Amino acid sequence: MADQPFIARGFHSRRAAAPPGRLPPGQYETRDFPVLSAGPTPRTPLESWDFTIRGADGGQSSVRWSWDELQALPRETPTVDIHCVTKWSKFDTRWEGVSVDTLLDAALTAGVADGAFVLAFCDGGYTTNLPRADVTGGKAWVAFGYDGAPLAPEHGGPARLLVPHLYFWKSAKWVRGLQLLPSDEPGFWEQLGYHDRGDPWREQRYQGDP
Amino acid sequence: MSEAVVERVAAATPGPPRLEWQVATVVSVQQETPRARTLVLDVPQWPGHRAGQHVDVRLVAEDGYQAQRSYSIASAPAERTVALTVERLDDGEVSPYLCGVLQPADGVEVRGPIGGYFVWEVAQGGPLLLVAGGSGIVPLMAMLRHHARADVSARAAVPVRLLYSARTLDDVIYRAELEKLADPPQVEVVLTLTRDAPPAWSGYRRRVDRAMLEAVSWPSSAAPHVYVCGPTSLVESVATLLVDLGHEASRVRTERFGPTA
Repeated sequence: MADQPFIARGFHSRRAAAPPGRLPPGQYETRDFPVLSAGPTPRTPLESWDFTIRGADGGQSSVRWSWDELQALPRETPTVDIHCVTKWSKFDTRWEGVSVDTLLDAALTAGVADGAFVLAFCDGGYTTNLPRADVTGGKAWVAFGYDGAPLAPEHGGPARLLVPHLYFWKSAKWVRGLQLLPSDEPGFWEQLGYHDRGDPWREQRYQGDP
Repeated sequence: MSEAVVERVAAATPGPPRLEWQVATVVSVQQETPRARTLVLDVPQWPGHRAGQHVDVRLVAEDGYQAQRSYSIASAPAERTVALTVERLDDGEVSPYLCGVLQPADGVEVRGPIGGYFVWEVAQGGPLLLVAGGSGIVPLMAMLRHHARADVSARAAVPVRLLYSARTLDDVIYRAELEKLADPPQVEVVLTLTRDAPPAWSGYRRRVDRAMLEAVSWPSSAAPHVYVCGPTSLVESVATLLVDLGHEASRVRTERFGPTA
């Protein structure tokens, strides 16, 4: 079955082809921005919001930024394609945020214990795990702006992780920090059957996918 | 731990088995509403599912073009076949195929079940509050059917209320079955019609709001398990209202459908 695809009788594409190389396997392009989350949208006032990087020493070492401190850091405005495991992809989304490189560099300089993996943690209890290499090297941001406006709560505002080269559940909404870890620990969806890495180009949707 | 050791450990521990694509056979189809159709599937290697889970459907065309979408399972875990109810979106490409072209005895590729959070089992207990908008009723119907199949004492221990928002009475999916569940009452079913209601309609005729939720829901002190499924606008507002009414956020589970065209 894997070698010989099953042809769906009478099925034809009804969509204009996406530009070559932009749509990962099994995805389709949408112009909307669908919302997916497992529970109510948390609402944390900016006065009590902070972002913390905890070290791989069990969090004994850590660095924290208030909302204002985060806003004062150098900003970037990535324009990226995003890919949701529920099959939609959206091209050329415009974000504003702080590179995770900036935050991690500051944390490590301040003596926070380094680790090969991170677990992003969020308001509402959501977590997701990522190799450290997937959030460094200009590939990930803590984003607080979308399409020229503050990021809306249902899309993860005040701030979400943005890791566009992986399926979008890795871009944790309502993010409050990163826990550095010596080894990989599955997050919320990863414990419920979703892939630990989630590369859309390799179609790593669920545990057991190659 | 050195990287070499990590790799050896990883290689020695086999990962979870892959969810493989399988060709299911359409046993029957049933038109539920003018826009929604149920496909009853025989899936040869079905591992079983929990109420609330979904499957991925893949369609491959002659020229190799493929499309995938996710659809909620409507059938109870104990049923031998797997039922999907699909709402037709005219500008889509998968839902018009599933709602129009696919016929009994046809094959269709599926893999699943998927999703382990928006699930409910009788053993979790109740009370159980279900809030549906439109075709968001589908995974909640699997929960209702699961409840209906439980033995009498287990069923009696879990009171269930369903608040279901639809545009018109004709858009109410599973209407006859819901009426049967409500009389004699195994489940309290409350409908609200947001666009158009028959002249004799005595029920709600507006979007779900705070007053409606207060009237239909148990108080937060009863700590119901709450499952909300529907379009984003409904799920956002209902989940926020429930938290405002004192329900613990961790007891309110949501599933939103984006466009699965």
